[in-house]
Amino acid sequence: MLLVPCPWCGPRDETEFHYGGQAHIPYPSDPDSLDDRAWGEYLFVRDNPKGPFRERWCHSAGCRQWFNVLRDTASHQVLAGYKIGEAGP
Amino acid sequence: MRRLEGRGRVDRSAPLRFVFDGREYTGLRGDTLASALLANGVDVIGPSVYRGRPRGIGAAGPEDPGALVQVQRGGGSEPMLRATEVELFDGLLAVGLAGRGRLDPTPDRALYDKVYAHCDVLVVGAGPAGLAAADVAAATGARVIMVESGREPGGDLLDGPRAIDGFPALDWVQAVAARLTAAPEVRVLCRATAIGVYDAGYVLIAERRTDHLDEEPPPGVSRERLWHVRAGRVVLATGALERPVAVAGNDRPGVMLAGATRSYVERWGVAPGSRAVVFTCGDSGYDAAESLADAGISVAAVVDPRPQSGLPSVPEGAEHMAGHMVSAAAGQARVTAAELTSGRVIPCDLLAVSGGWSPAVHLFSQAGGSVRWDAGVGGFIPDRAPALVIAVGSCAGTHALDGCLAEGVAGGAAAAEAAGFVVEPGPAPRSPRRAEARAQLVWSVPPPPGRGWDEHFLDAQRDATVADLRRAVDAGLKSPEHVKRFTTIGTASDQGKTAGVVALGVLAELLETDIAALGPTTFRPPYTPVSFGLLAGRDRGELSDPVRMTAIHPWHIEHGAMFEDVGQWKRPWYYPRDGEEMDAAVLRECRAARGGVAVMDASTLGKIDVQGPDAALFLNRMYTGDFSKLGVGRCKYGLLCHTDGMVFDDGVTMRLAPDRFLVTTTTGNAAAVLDWFEEWLQTEWPDLRVSCTSVTEQWATVAVVGPRSRAVVAALAPGLAVDNEDFPFMAIRPAEVAGVTARVCRVSFSGELAFEVNVPSWHGLALWEAVMAAGAEHAITPYGTETMHVLRAEKGYVIVGQDTDGTVTPQDLGLEWMVAGAKGDFVGRRSHARADNLREDRKQLVGLLPDDRADRLPEGAQLVLEPGADVPVPMAGFVTSSYDSAALGRTFALALLEGGRRRHGATVHVALPDRTVAATVVDPVLFDPEGRRRDG
Repeated sequence: MLLVPCPWCGPRDETEFHYGGQAHIPYPSDPDSLDDRAWGEYLFVRDNPKGPFRERWCHSAGCRQWFNVLRDTASHQVLAGYKIGEAGP
Repeated sequence: MRRLEGRGRVDRSAPLRFVFDGREYTGLRGDTLASALLANGVDVIGPSVYRGRPRGIGAAGPEDPGALVQVQRGGGSEPMLRATEVELFDGLLAVGLAGRGRLDPTPDRALYDKVYAHCDVLVVGAGPAGLAAADVAAATGARVIMVESGREPGGDLLDGPRAIDGFPALDWVQAVAARLTAAPEVRVLCRATAIGVYDAGYVLIAERRTDHLDEEPPPGVSRERLWHVRAGRVVLATGALERPVAVAGNDRPGVMLAGATRSYVERWGVAPGSRAVVFTCGDSGYDAAESLADAGISVAAVVDPRPQSGLPSVPEGAEHMAGHMVSAAAGQARVTAAELTSGRVIPCDLLAVSGGWSPAVHLFSQAGGSVRWDAGVGGFIPDRAPALVIAVGSCAGTHALDGCLAEGVAGGAAAAEAAGFVVEPGPAPRSPRRAEARAQLVWSVPPPPGRGWDEHFLDAQRDATVADLRRAVDAGLKSPEHVKRFTTIGTASDQGKTAGVVALGVLAELLETDIAALGPTTFRPPYTPVSFGLLAGRDRGELSDPVRMTAIHPWHIEHGAMFEDVGQWKRPWYYPRDGEEMDAAVLRECRAARGGVAVMDASTLGKIDVQGPDAALFLNRMYTGDFSKLGVGRCKYGLLCHTDGMVFDDGVTMRLAPDRFLVTTTTGNAAAVLDWFEEWLQTEWPDLRVSCTSVTEQWATVAVVGPRSRAVVAALAPGLAVDNEDFPFMAIRPAEVAGVTARVCRVSFSGELAFEVNVPSWHGLALWEAVMAAGAEHAITPYGTETMHVLRAEKGYVIVGQDTDGTVTPQDLGLEWMVAGAKGDFVGRRSHARADNLREDRKQLVGLLPDDRADRLPEGAQLVLEPGADVPVPMAGFVTSSYDSAALGRTFALALLEGGRRRHGATVHVALPDRTVAATVVDPVLFDPEGRRRDG
């Protein structure tokens, strides 16, 4: 049971959140400029590192806000939580 | 086997009657079922699961694989309990199990609760190390929880006389326990087992509260509680588990772990035998020999594989057979002699075995810690600790009492300090050190000449032996995880607490490798078995999931509706009239909607109020259609796609003001759509001035449907112009309906003239009743979801999630007209142009008319193009919806079919288990394709 640091509410149990995959994958500003391959990468391809990973979480059973988390995928240690739009550590 | 005078922590003034396997016995308060049975001379519990060998009591704690019982309690019974863990109470009724039990089908009337708690330091285990740790941490003012699986603190200090700080160790235990109990921020939980340690200091604890009581607990008192504890630091003082040695016949009753024989003598005042042979590979077996002898039990011999020099002394009268090993426990129903490798046979009725001690690293490992083999300890010890976890004492490989106390103090101090408390340095409690010789590792002893390995039990609960392990190795298996699954060693309810490391040692020998190179199999929670009742807590029956009901629900109940679960909603499915079957009811309801007037409770549709200056822009980016041109007071059907272009939801959206829309969603998807909106607003377009609010439960919606619906609505809303000119299709009108301020929409999910009347939920039931009253002269008919499904399918309207499955585009559904090309980008648009989504042979929505007009195809049935083709026959699609239609006078279906739109007029074959049905492919809009009926 991770302790997830919501930047709005503070640390809360993992069961209050849902997971939103890799963070900092912006919607392409001009989708038509991407060929099928590049668009497919945007849709389906994500990093899968062993170690620190920036990912999105939503405090769905709390403030309902999306935010970013830096988490070590090997140790499960949550290293930081930061708001959408912030660069993070 | 008998009760010993003057020993044990049992209350001799309180005899307790109990029944085991139909016979009455007497035990004492403080007994376990196992100790009480031993005191009564009973040590055979039941036959083993596969081989039917007699099995008895081999240990004194949760590690015992053999003594499985079923205990009667409170009108039911619970199987697969260990006699070594069942506390005796007056009137206990138990039977021995043959290796497996059967769940009692009677409902469990006991209560189970959950407790959520926080603390700074959680100490698992109240032996010497745990007590020392909790004592130090508590002194700093930290919030401490200490859990102990037994009924009292003390751990193995309860197993024999030891000294701490010059006084009897139990005095120290009492003093520490008293300090902890008195401290305001400390909680001591006994009869509580930490069953799992998870990330970030999260620990689950199973607390047993009432099973040891003679009487049924008072109403409202829960039998067990599951504690969810979030701890700042976790100190694991879980001790160590003694190991057996694989010798022939080591499963016979009368063969017992040496430490357990000592526990029975010292804790429970029970002699587990009358003439003992002790077979030990380390010094701890000598403590057992001493306890047994001291209690007047004859110790015939102490057998030790190590050379004589430096070994502790043996009790008077016992033969010290250094450099020897026991190769077999001889006997039939129980042990009658120990056979030595030298060939000598020593008669005995108790064979006490110690193969060494394995640190109980289960929780440490579950939490993510790694372990490594330590040859000096002769066991796997904690290596890299997981975050927030500290292992101390025997769990960390420290066996000597003095070391356990020192580590406990250090661990407790470190935990409190890390949690932000200040530790006042003080001396650790001390205990006299004694020299200890290194144990010799003996995993198995070769069988006596002429005998095989199939009586060398490794996992007695699984009846798995060294012979099984050798077979696994002969089959080429090398990985402990593979061997575990092949042999099932360690997979029983005790999870191999005694079997695991011994099996690993034997495996290492067979593979001619070092046990250090193998490593133990994965430790998984729960540490000891727990009941499902405990995990469920109060979330059972009605409380297992919330039930959502509309404002009109009482009317549906009163009028005999059958209900269907849609998400958490209860929706009327159909309304049978006296004795009607479902099919007949649905045909009748359909005829009413198409021929007269019918009414449906549509309140469960999701509703989201979308407001703000950029609301239209936002909806344009989310939905496939164009909302910027939608006039106020008008509504529009919309499709919602994911970024991959697949249809995700649909619904009608009303424009209530230039900057305000009311979006409706499918019943099951309301929360998901709101989440989807929020995700885009928050993460991609925080600049948009839009806010979204769920108003699903604020509105009740009554759909009045059919050619006569206009008359009914006109009667209810005299001020509302209901003719087609003043109130056209897809228009919204504010009105007084049945005296209630309402919002009326001309939308239709049936193809018929229809009015959806929306009122605040509070007035929903009154509105419904008014509609029923006003419609009475037109024989207004309530209908449920099944009729709704038929009516919409006749019109080819899809249900997202039934006719789509997340792989279907708007184009696949023939809804390209819903996709606005000129309005700019929207979610999913780019994906509609991906090469794969442009393939002509994609599965597309079609209608199907079975050649046999009465044959209703099962939904999900597969479609094939050539029924006689070689197997495997290629599947060309599947049926998504299938009904009998009153309007068409026949059955029909909707299906997704490869290249379906090109196949209109062709025949496909529906492959069913018992028959193959031919059907003609047609356009999905089967009824009123010109749409002439919607305006009445």
